[in-house]
Amino acid sequence: MKENRDYIKDLAEIRSMMERSSKFLSLSGWAGIMAGLYALAGVYIAYNIFNFNPTSISSGSNSFELVNVVILAIMILTLALVTAIFFSYKKAKGKGEDIWNPTSRRLLKSMLVPLLSGGILIILFLVNGFIELILPLSLIFYGLSLYNAGKFTIDEVKLLGFVQIGLGLLSSYFIEYGLIFWAIGFGVVHIIYGIYMHFRYER
Amino acid sequence: MKVSIDQLNKAFESRVRLGIMSALAANHKLDFNSLKQYLNVTDGNLASHLKGLEKERFIGVEKSFIDRKPNTKYFMTKEGKKAFEAHLRTLEKLIKSQK
Repeated sequence: MKENRDYIKDLAEIRSMMERSSKFLSLSGWAGIMAGLYALAGVYIAYNIFNFNPTSISSGSNSFELVNVVILAIMILTLALVTAIFFSYKKAKGKGEDIWNPTSRRLLKSMLVPLLSGGILIILFLVNGFIELILPLSLIFYGLSLYNAGKFTIDEVKLLGFVQIGLGLLSSYFIEYGLIFWAIGFGVVHIIYGIYMHFRYER
Repeated sequence: MKVSIDQLNKAFESRVRLGIMSALAANHKLDFNSLKQYLNVTDGNLASHLKGLEKERFIGVEKSFIDRKPNTKYFMTKEGKKAFEAHLRTLEKLIKSQK
């Protein structure tokens, strides 16, 4: 006769399979913490070294420094992505899972549409010189993509999306504080989220 | 309350079958390769368990072509859903009754 423990194990396995096959659970808190630190470092460099402040640059913009800021932004984005993939890879491997599985593909697909639309819009605005709108828009579209992705990973990502959208909207109103809102959203909020995730799921 | 293990569905005795049903309970449809990745089993093993579940009419098969390559998708039938839920309830009862 089967032992009691077996039934509990059966149930646990069913639960884990249902979760594993519908949600990508290998996101790491460290990725959030690091992305936040990169973002804060980026804001510091942009503001102090490239004199980037979107309200002052929009009138009589210095295109040389703007190019520097764009390159900096691309570098930070790449660094954050590579870090996120690295930590997810490590976490998935620790669980004996593949990082490139149907769930992670679904997660990426759900993020791609809002991110790409936002990215293209930002490039177009950049080309046309609407510099002050870029920071709020990046927050809003990033938030939308997180909100969408929340369906295919832990629920907290949805909340993170809401916070970013909210900050983006506030930032669109208080446009002269764009850089501060951006630093809060991409920097501080990421770090808080990462620490929370780390203590909640990784210890 | 007395619960008998006879009430446990024989079709779900194997871990692979239980895994297939769990994955299909959480997803509308899944193709062969996705199931294989989730369950970590060989092609032959998975295919034979899928056949078994299909025979019980617990899962349905949908065949199509993507870029001229055959693509088989599996989904849970109403019967399968009923049986799976009943199985879950029985498991819960068994655990409670043995405490």
